[in-house]
Amino acid sequence: MVGDALSLEPVVVGVVLAMAVVTYATKTGGLWLLNRIETTERLEAALSVLPGAIVIAVLGPELASGGPAEWGAGVLVVAVMWRTESILLALCTGVVSVVLLRGLL
Amino acid sequence: METDSETDSSDGDAVGNGDAADDRGAEPVTFGREGIREGLVTCVPVAVGVGGYGVAFGVLADQVGLSVAEAVLMSAVVVAGASQIVAVELWADPIPIAAIVITTFAINLRYSLMGAALQPWFKRLSAAKAYGSLFFMADENWALTMRDFRAGNRRGAFLLGSGIAVWIFWVGSTVVGVLAGGAIGEPARYGFDFVLAAVFLALAAELWEDRSSLVPWLASLGTALVAAELFPGRWYILLGGFAAALAEVIRRGR
Repeated sequence: MVGDALSLEPVVVGVVLAMAVVTYATKTGGLWLLNRIETTERLEAALSVLPGAIVIAVLGPELASGGPAEWGAGVLVVAVMWRTESILLALCTGVVSVVLLRGLL
Repeated sequence: METDSETDSSDGDAVGNGDAADDRGAEPVTFGREGIREGLVTCVPVAVGVGGYGVAFGVLADQVGLSVAEAVLMSAVVVAGASQIVAVELWADPIPIAAIVITTFAINLRYSLMGAALQPWFKRLSAAKAYGSLFFMADENWALTMRDFRAGNRRGAFLLGSGIAVWIFWVGSTVVGVLAGGAIGEPARYGFDFVLAAVFLALAAELWEDRSSLVPWLASLGTALVAAELFPGRWYILLGGFAAALAEVIRRGR
């Protein structure tokens, strides 16, 4: 069984490496492109809203597919964040409350 | 390697809200041990949640017949959770190579936008440091890094440090998942599925500036919700980001 666990099939390794290459291209592509084009006022305006926009685009569908337990825990995370500015506290609150709320609701 | 000789007291007590003003500042972005350590320590609790997903990935990989070595190799070199889980769900005999590689690319395209958002700081780093760090970028540590930069810190190695934490837990939990099989149970049981949402909500609470955020955020939210219904994978993140950028350019143009 040890031999099985450590086996590396050439085809599998090839697919995995191809996945790694395209993933690395996506991770670096944005920076690479921006480093190559001239920064204009418009581009700066677009870049300045990007972090918030990405965060909202991730959260929207994620929370929409959730239910009351996720929404309640989400409200608590934001409240804790505003009060304490501690990401650790907000994270723990979110995870604990989502588990509790799922049990209750 | 330079060290972070300067403490961050100079920009720690932020006068403004750490927005565009400090992006253009002449102050360099540092890249040293302090940034790596700070990123690593900050990210460990988040990385535990990532580990919950690594176990789930390992279980799936085992079910489709990947060996421990193959699953670990994938986690170690791809380092992109959602796309790996989808890839093993597509796995069959013979392996649908084109479908897997193209799907991986499509799901991960959102990282280009995340990398672009780091550019105001990363353009000040050498190519080796910037592109080396980006290998370790995942959703969670991108969010933590963005938060650190926006708070006025200029620790360029934060992404690398937090990424190392994600990588260790991701690869380690993959091993656990493959070996333990289905014995561990769903990540949702422990609330791990909520970690990403919690981190992003915390970041949203900090990124909100004033009413000027409203237009781009609504543009992003609306577009993402519609796109999530219409398109498979994670296209909605990319489209939401583009919609917000476009809305902001139009808003400022008036």
